[in-house]
Amino acid sequence: MAAESKIDPMHQFQISALGDGVLDGTPFAFTNSSLWMLIVLGSILLFMWGGMKRELIPGRWQAAVEMLTGFVTGLAVGNIGPEGKKYVPWIFTVFTFILFSNYMGMMPFGVFEAAHPFTVTSQFTITGVLAIASFSIVLVVGFWKHGFRFFGLFVPHGTPLPLLPLIVPIELISFLVRPFSLALRLFVAMIAGHILVDVFGYFIVNGINSGTALGYFVSFISFVFIAGVNALELLVCGIQAYVFALLTSLYINDAEHLH
Amino acid sequence: MPQINQLMLVYQSQWFWLLLVLGVIYFAIGKGMVPKIEATVEGRQAKVTADLVAAERAKAAAEEAEATANAAEADARTAAQEATAKAKAKGVKDGEARLAKADAEIGEKLAAAEANLAKARTKALASMEALAAEAAGDIVAKVSGASVSAGEAASAVKTVLANA
Repeated sequence: MAAESKIDPMHQFQISALGDGVLDGTPFAFTNSSLWMLIVLGSILLFMWGGMKRELIPGRWQAAVEMLTGFVTGLAVGNIGPEGKKYVPWIFTVFTFILFSNYMGMMPFGVFEAAHPFTVTSQFTITGVLAIASFSIVLVVGFWKHGFRFFGLFVPHGTPLPLLPLIVPIELISFLVRPFSLALRLFVAMIAGHILVDVFGYFIVNGINSGTALGYFVSFISFVFIAGVNALELLVCGIQAYVFALLTSLYINDAEHLH
Repeated sequence: MPQINQLMLVYQSQWFWLLLVLGVIYFAIGKGMVPKIEATVEGRQAKVTADLVAAERAKAAAEEAEATANAAEADARTAAQEATAKAKAKGVKDGEARLAKADAEIGEKLAAAEANLAKARTKALASMEALAAEAAGDIVAKVSGASVSAGEAASAVKTVLANA
């Protein structure tokens, strides 16, 4: 590790095929990304399994699981209303998948080179699908419930008539931008944090390798900085999952109630 | 940026595995486990509420029972006081009655004894008169030689005794 001095913070986002090692572009290719998605799935299943004891007086694990489900249900019901119960499975899916993916990507398994974590939410192929799925739910629910009156979403109440030609396109664009903003926000937040941590990690290693007093000083400063950035990243991991779930529920609320 | 460079190579497998994982989370966890966990939470909430209501009800019942017990105690005390007073009154009355009866008996006995005494005295007096008359007769005969009939002696003695 130390021998490699070239700074390449993008390498961590490289997808490589596991097994025979050739990416062939087929749907069933098993890559490091697939592996970490399955690890995320496994850890979610394990965590939820611990909450299935269904005891009257919950243990710590069961209380933690109930806190998570209660949080998601509260998010859905609080933003959408009683109808929000229908959307709990999807909001729960995006929230837990993003949360566990983000945190899995922050795990320090990289001390063993083979077990370097892969942050699946730093791929816009992943965040894009999540955003498009949320957006599709909004469209389907909106047109299903309201038919063409769903276009009333682009005409805010009390807009003066002369302003309509201006307001409607703005509302339409801001509506259509939603899936992109959903996908890019998460993708960019993850990729930026990981690049930052990676770059300063290289600074530490290169500083020590240089063997000079200045090099050690830079390493020390970088180490202090990176500790802070890691703490911030742990916060961002939770916040990004929350923001995605919150915006999904707010958009569904628009589709359910049309403002 | 590998995300862009590799896009055409990886998007199919990314989407396949993502949809697989999301499907499992959505159906097995989101639709399978989460409602059960939520039901547990709701059941617990319902049980806590029901228990609180039951406790409230039990408290009310206990308070009622206490009030009943207090009333019963007060009643019992009143009844006991009444009974005591009655018993006391009866005791006094009985005592008085017995005393009166004993008084009367004693009075009767006293009267009988007095009567007997009087009778005895009369009898004694009568026998004394007879004795005195006889003695008077004897004394007269011895002193004067005159014989006095028993009747004359008796009336003389009676006169003397009446004057005495």
